[in-house]
Amino acid sequence: MKALRKQLDKIKPQFQKGGKFEKLHSTFDAFETFLFVPDKTTSLGSHIRDSIDMKRTMSIVVIAMIPTLLFGIWNAGNQHYLSIGEAAAFWDKVLFGLWKVLPIVVVSYVTGLGIEFAFAQIRHHEVNEGFLVSGMLIPLVLPPDIPLWMVAVATAFAVIIGKEVFGGTGMNILNPALTARAFLFFAYPAQMSGDKVWIAEKADAYSGATPLAEATAGIESGVVNFSHSFMDMFLGTIPGSIGETSTLAILIGAAILVFTGVGSLRIMLSVVIGGIFMGGVLNLAGANAYMNVPFYYHLVMGGFAFGAVYMATDPVTAAQTNTGKLIYGFFIGLMAVLIRVLNPAYPEGMMLAILLMNVFAPLIDHYVVEANIKRRLKRLKPAKA
Amino acid sequence: MSTGTTEREPLFSAKTKKLLLGPLNKDNPITVQVLGICSALAVTVKLEPAVVMSISVIVVTAMSNLLISLLRNTIPPRIRIIVQLVVIAALVILVDQVLKAFVYDVSKQLSVFVGLIITNCIIMGRLEAFAMANKPWPSFVDGIGNGLGYGIILIIVAFFRELLGSGTIWGFHVMPKAFYELGYVNNGLMILPPMALIVVGIIIWVQRSRNPELQEEK
Repeated sequence: MKALRKQLDKIKPQFQKGGKFEKLHSTFDAFETFLFVPDKTTSLGSHIRDSIDMKRTMSIVVIAMIPTLLFGIWNAGNQHYLSIGEAAAFWDKVLFGLWKVLPIVVVSYVTGLGIEFAFAQIRHHEVNEGFLVSGMLIPLVLPPDIPLWMVAVATAFAVIIGKEVFGGTGMNILNPALTARAFLFFAYPAQMSGDKVWIAEKADAYSGATPLAEATAGIESGVVNFSHSFMDMFLGTIPGSIGETSTLAILIGAAILVFTGVGSLRIMLSVVIGGIFMGGVLNLAGANAYMNVPFYYHLVMGGFAFGAVYMATDPVTAAQTNTGKLIYGFFIGLMAVLIRVLNPAYPEGMMLAILLMNVFAPLIDHYVVEANIKRRLKRLKPAKA
Repeated sequence: MSTGTTEREPLFSAKTKKLLLGPLNKDNPITVQVLGICSALAVTVKLEPAVVMSISVIVVTAMSNLLISLLRNTIPPRIRIIVQLVVIAALVILVDQVLKAFVYDVSKQLSVFVGLIITNCIIMGRLEAFAMANKPWPSFVDGIGNGLGYGIILIIVAFFRELLGSGTIWGFHVMPKAFYELGYVNNGLMILPPMALIVVGIIIWVQRSRNPELQEEK
C-alpha cells in the first residue's frame, strides 16, 4: 500500500495545474480517490464527520451484488448443460458461465466508464462514482445470451440520455440500469423476451420458458403449468436474467445492504407488501389462471426480488422522505404485479413499475413535505390565539 | 420633390434575410420556441412523409402569412382569430386535395396529420405575431423561413429514425447486408414515438451547447 501511495504522490504534480497531463486531472483524481480515502473535507453547510464517502457507499452496493453475480454465473452454466441434457461438474458450469457472463460485465463497465470519463474531462468535474453500481447492475438484469454490441449500445444510451443530459450522477430521474434494460426491451424485443433468450446456447428442443412466461401462457390455456417448483424459484435454478433468478442470493445481498445502512429496508419491505397486496386482490378476483397463481409466487418469479432490493432502493431515484418511501415502494410492488397479470405484452412488470414510480418520486416527496408543513402550521395557530 | 424621398427597400435586404434564415437556427419553431411538437413526433418514422409534410407546412405558412398580411388592415381586431382560421383551413384543404391527387400513398400515411396542420401552433403564432403587423413581402418570407425551420428538424429526425429504425433511407436499403450477417438488428425503439422526442431533445442539446445565448440563466 505504501509503495502505491508513494508512486501516486510521485506522479501527482504532472496532473495538477501546469503539469504535463493537466487535462487528465479528473481521470487521475478518480483513481486516487478510488484507492485512498481523500483528504478533502466538506467545507460548507452542516455535515457529519465520517470516513465514508460516495465511493465507499457504492463499493458496498457492488459487494452486495456479488452473491447474485456468482450464483448467476453458475446458473448460466447450469441451465446450459441442463438444456443440452449433459451432466456436468460444478466447475464446468462455472467456467461456461464465466465465459458467457464476464464479457457482458466487461463491455458494460468499459462503455459506461469510458463515457463517464469523457464527460468528466469535457465538463471539468471529478469522475462520478455512480457508474460503479450501474455497470454491475446492467449485466445482472440481462439475459446471458445477449449480443455484446447491444450491451454497449444500451449502456451508452443509459449513461448519456438517462444520466448525463440531466447533469450526471445524483441528478438523474430514472435508474440508469433500468433505462438500459428498457431501451433493450423496446429496441430489440427478439433478444430480450420470448423463450429462446434466457438460456445461453440452448438446445432447440428444450423449453426455455421462464416461470413468468409460463404464467402468462396460462391466461390462454386456462391452466398455469410451472415446470419449476416454488423452491426452485426461490433458490434460483430457473432460466432468467443473469442476476435475478435466485431470491436466496438476493436476500443475502439485501442483508448486507440493510446491515450497512446503505439500502433502505423501508422501501424493500413496502415493495414486498405492495406485491403481496396486489397478488392477494387478484387471487380473490381469480378471473383467469394467472390471477389464481398464489400471491407468494410473485415474490420469487422474475425480477421482483432483484428490483425490490437493488433497483427500487437507488437513493437518487427513490423517494427521499420516510412516508414517501412507503408510498413509493408500495406502488412499485402493486404496479409490478398488476402489469404482469393484466398485460400479457409485458411479462416482466417490475422494470416498468420501478421506472414509472421513479418519475413520480419527486411528486410524492413534494406532497409529503407539504402535508407536514400544513400539519405543523395547524399546531402553530392555537398558540397564537 | 425632385429628389425621390421614398427609397425602396431591396428585395432581399439584411432584414428579410434574417427573417428567412433566423428560424433555421436561433429562432427555430421546434427546438427553440417548442411549437408544433406533436406532428413532429407523428410523421417522422420515415423520410418521405416527413419531407411531404414539411413542404405542406411551408406552403401553408407562407401563403397564410401572405394572405393575412394583405387583409391585415381590413380585419376587425375582435374577429381576427376566426378570419385567420378560415384562411388556414382553406389552404390546408387545398394542400390535402393536392396531396391526395398526386401522392396518394404518402397522403394515406400522413392520414389525419395533414388536416391537423390547421391546429399547428407555428402557423397561428406567425399570423398573430408577424403577418398582422407587417407588409406582405416580409410576411411571405417569414412564413417560408418558419416553414423551413420546422421542416429541417422534421427531416433530421426522420433521417435518423428511418436509418436506425428500418435500415433504409427514402425506402432504399442503405445498411450493408454484411452488418445484418454479423448480427446487427434494426432498433425497434426508433420506430416508436418516444424516440422522436429523444432525438428532438438531442438536437436541442447540440444546438444549445453551440449557441450559449439560447441557454436560460441559472
